[in-house]
Amino acid sequence: MALSFPADCRYADSHETARRDGELVRIGLSAFAIEQLGDIVFVELPEIGAALKAGSSFGSVESVKAVEDLLAPVGGVVEARNEAVLASPEELQNDPYGEGWLLLVRPGDPAEFDALMDAATYGGKVQA
Amino acid sequence: MLAELGLASLEALAASVVPADILLPQEIADEGLPAPCGEAEALAELEAIAARNQVRRSLIGLGYHGTATPALIQRHVLENPAWYTAYTPYQAEISQGRLEALLNFQTLISELTGLPIANASLLDEATAAAEAMALSRAVCKRPAASRYLVDEQVLPQTLAVLQTRAEPVGISLELVDASALAADPAAAAAELAVPDVFGLLLQLPATSGLLWDPAPLLAQARAAGVIATVAIDPLAQVLLAPVGELGASIAIGSAQRLGVPMMAGGPHAAFFATEEAYKRQIPGRLVGQSLDAEGRPALRLALQTREQHIRRDKATSNICTAQVLLAVMASFYAVHHGPEGLAAIARRIVTLRAALAAGLAQVGLAPEAGAGFDTLRLVTPRAPELLQRAAAAGFNLRPGSGNGELAISLDELSTPAELEALLNALAPDGASAAAACAACSAALDHAENPLAGLPLRQRPWLQQRVFHQYRSETELLRYIQRLVSKDLSLVHGMIPLGSCTMKLNAAAELAPVSWPAFAQLHPFAPAEQLAGYAQLSQQLEAWLAAITGFAAVSLQPNAGSQGEYAGLLVIRAWHNSRGQGHRDVCLIPTSAHGTNPASAVMAGLRVVPVACDEAGNVDLADLEAKASEHADQLAALMVTYPSTHGVFEPQIRRICALVHERGGQVYLDGANLNAQVGLCKPGLYGADVCHLNLHKTFCIPHGGGGPGVGPIAVAAHLAPLLPGRDLGIGPVSAAPWGSAGILPISWMYIRMMGGRGLRTASCVALLAANLVARRLEPHYPVLFKGEGGWVAHECILDLRPLQRSAGLVVDDLAKRLMDYGFHAPTVSWPVAGTVMVEPTESESLAELDRFCSAMTAIRAEAEAIAEGHSDPANNPLKRAPHTLAAVSADVWDRPYSRSQAAFPAGSDQQASKFWPAVARIDNAYGDRNLVCTCPTVEELAQPLPLAS
Ligand SMILES: Cc1ncc(COP(=O)(O)O)c(C=O)c1O
Repeated sequence: MALSFPADCRYADSHETARRDGELVRIGLSAFAIEQLGDIVFVELPEIGAALKAGSSFGSVESVKAVEDLLAPVGGVVEARNEAVLASPEELQNDPYGEGWLLLVRPGDPAEFDALMDAATYGGKVQA
Repeated sequence: MLAELGLASLEALAASVVPADILLPQEIADEGLPAPCGEAEALAELEAIAARNQVRRSLIGLGYHGTATPALIQRHVLENPAWYTAYTPYQAEISQGRLEALLNFQTLISELTGLPIANASLLDEATAAAEAMALSRAVCKRPAASRYLVDEQVLPQTLAVLQTRAEPVGISLELVDASALAADPAAAAAELAVPDVFGLLLQLPATSGLLWDPAPLLAQARAAGVIATVAIDPLAQVLLAPVGELGASIAIGSAQRLGVPMMAGGPHAAFFATEEAYKRQIPGRLVGQSLDAEGRPALRLALQTREQHIRRDKATSNICTAQVLLAVMASFYAVHHGPEGLAAIARRIVTLRAALAAGLAQVGLAPEAGAGFDTLRLVTPRAPELLQRAAAAGFNLRPGSGNGELAISLDELSTPAELEALLNALAPDGASAAAACAACSAALDHAENPLAGLPLRQRPWLQQRVFHQYRSETELLRYIQRLVSKDLSLVHGMIPLGSCTMKLNAAAELAPVSWPAFAQLHPFAPAEQLAGYAQLSQQLEAWLAAITGFAAVSLQPNAGSQGEYAGLLVIRAWHNSRGQGHRDVCLIPTSAHGTNPASAVMAGLRVVPVACDEAGNVDLADLEAKASEHADQLAALMVTYPSTHGVFEPQIRRICALVHERGGQVYLDGANLNAQVGLCKPGLYGADVCHLNLHKTFCIPHGGGGPGVGPIAVAAHLAPLLPGRDLGIGPVSAAPWGSAGILPISWMYIRMMGGRGLRTASCVALLAANLVARRLEPHYPVLFKGEGGWVAHECILDLRPLQRSAGLVVDDLAKRLMDYGFHAPTVSWPVAGTVMVEPTESESLAELDRFCSAMTAIRAEAEAIAEGHSDPANNPLKRAPHTLAAVSADVWDRPYSRSQAAFPAGSDQQASKFWPAVARIDNAYGDRNLVCTCPTVEELAQPLPLAS
């Protein structure tokens, strides 16, 4: 199955995604990373109000056979987190760019968003 | 076999496989090793050694107690190869028996402690306490807290191991009087408020034997955010309110007294239980329930991402091999006795203690006042004399730290007659002895509640069916048999697990484990009573030193992981002793076993990974670059030899030299020693420390996931730093010889094989692996080969081409092998998408033929998928393993035949068919919905959820 990388998302080297949502940024995980992990069984996310620093770990995602740190694609303050994904981690697999979002963040430095890869660059990189 | 490989002799094979600059001539390899002998002769020699041990009645306590091992558990579990030769239950579909026994163990511990999550065992009580310390620090919300409060009444060996484990990771221990704190809330509050404190450990009953109510202190700790652990005695806890209900976050202890002989210190199963919130941090293996492809409940190891094999340097612990066989024994002990039986045993002990106290008081030896479970402490200037009198009557009592005290610990074996014998020994004369006995028996007749005032267990417990259904020997015998018949072990066929060395565990090697002269000794009995053990371990140490080419050996570590940890501490201590304590970088090739990085972190070292090259060898350029970059901080390299990729790297001398040139030491992971024994010696080609897995190379059976013994061998400059020596590192295990009780197995093996036999065994192991590699190469690429195209004692087969051509994953092959009656090789380690095969020297050519035929036939099944003759999703591989229920069902709607499903090896298989108990297990479902205790009767009445 071909993986999709929507053009309205930006992508981090470490496979997190960021999408503008008004003044906020919605953070998720790319379909590629999710496919690599396999069946996801657990997601750990910070509380609302937590401060994220770009490039630093803000949580983790676990499958049966692997565990990966989640690294913040942009810094900022957590405004909301996806409780549905915490309760049923498989949501992440079903709809990575939609219902499977992770955090809604009020970004600090807009330059961080702009520095992320666009879909074509990221897609080219992971599917090479 | 030699002819098939075009070789003239085993020696020619050795010369082809082992690099010339490390291969030793037989005479040198043999030095210090005995000549071979037959089993009768070896047993006779060992009997003479055992006769030097003296079996006395040990009432010493300190975590080791007399226990009545039910004969059926002794015969049908401990001495049953179907239980003890199985491997860790990673291939869950053919391991449902021991998984169920372990689930029973977890249920027992959870019910005892009142904590919902209990693991399937740790190595001993002391290391369990150290794991509790680590978990407490990891989960405590106080930032950077580094102080651990430890009750001064914890067992002395627990405290010693905690000290060893605390220092390298920057934890400082602070001794507190926990019972005093419990009585003084203001003092406790002040102690707990110190922001640097992250946890608290107390022991109940205390080492002194006293019990007290921990509830107020536990509540205060919880309110302060300090993580409290209680080390419990499982029998005492039968009567007492579960510590989890009183506020403890963690409970640990030893299950030894649940039917497992003392064995001079081990092996025994320690347990670890905690609350739901910390289930992702609990150390060790955890059995959990899930569903199989046919919708029935099935067990498997849960939440594996916590563990070292996945999380490596970020793992919660380095533990790998645990104490499965001993946990299984303890679980059957509880099944045998049920809650009523356990309570009766516990109550009898408490009553006997009260009666003994009355008798002692009668002769002016009143013990320390206060409630207790099994132990009385006598503070008296006459202690030395009393100890002697008791000794003359055949009793070992516990001497106090000074000369003015002693303690007596009763146990399941104690009787009124034993109390009389004790009183007769301790009373000054016949008349007072008679009075003491009369007082004692009067107290037995009208015992008041000796535990009055303590929080007691109120509610019914252990209500799960399994603890009620098998209370007659007939029923329990059949239950044990039913469980074990679900497990594939060496009694069925080869278990070709790479890196695990599943070789023969010979009966003559195992028999001495049950001899009372080995099994019934207390680890802290007077030294002269342990003289046989002293001789046995000296001889074994000398042989292991000769085999590895090192100067000295410590048998203390209870598994490979513990050996790694001990070895790295020794290296660290050596750097410290030379003013080089700042050296903290540990280089570890990416191909290393997960325990390596996990152990390094616990030893306070920083892990720097080193790459491997295309041929699977350590990338010399990268090693040199990393070693040079960190030359000033370089502490050690951890390297496995032959490599985890199954080849003798030709550059091993160069690798060792490179590290030495930069001031580092070489730690050699000896898990693969089965390829080298009698051929080459790590101490002679450049290593400084090496651990051995006696449960691989030296015939201790795997026990379904433990016990193990992981001794370390060291070069002369490190010998003074071994644990137990004057300048040595602190202890890494609770007992001085670790798992003394199973050392006779390795002794027997080396004694019978002799130097010559060991060399031959290694050559045959190399031969078998190369034969398998040669046979299977046309079907599965052999991923790594050494010079001349040879592998070492194992080989990695690449399945990734089948993923591309037929959409298969490694698990498909692993599960399909079950249909052929085989346990899979090691899957996806050390390389994802591959299997690693280690046939060992124990397998006949006929068995190797059978295995290679199965592998070849599976390859043909894969081909059929690739060529479009088989459905890509509905084929014998994807739907493996096949249960009896599935193939005998009235409806069969699969596009392949029932006989292909069940008897793929042909009709010959019908006579010997091993049926997987369940179909393929859904791992994700079980991890998303963790269930790790037996269902209660009420839960059993609920319908099962459907798998997503
Ligand atoms: C290469 C290697 N190192 C270390 C270990 C750890 O040994 P243990 O399981 O006895 O802790 C193993 C065993 O599984 C191993 O294969």
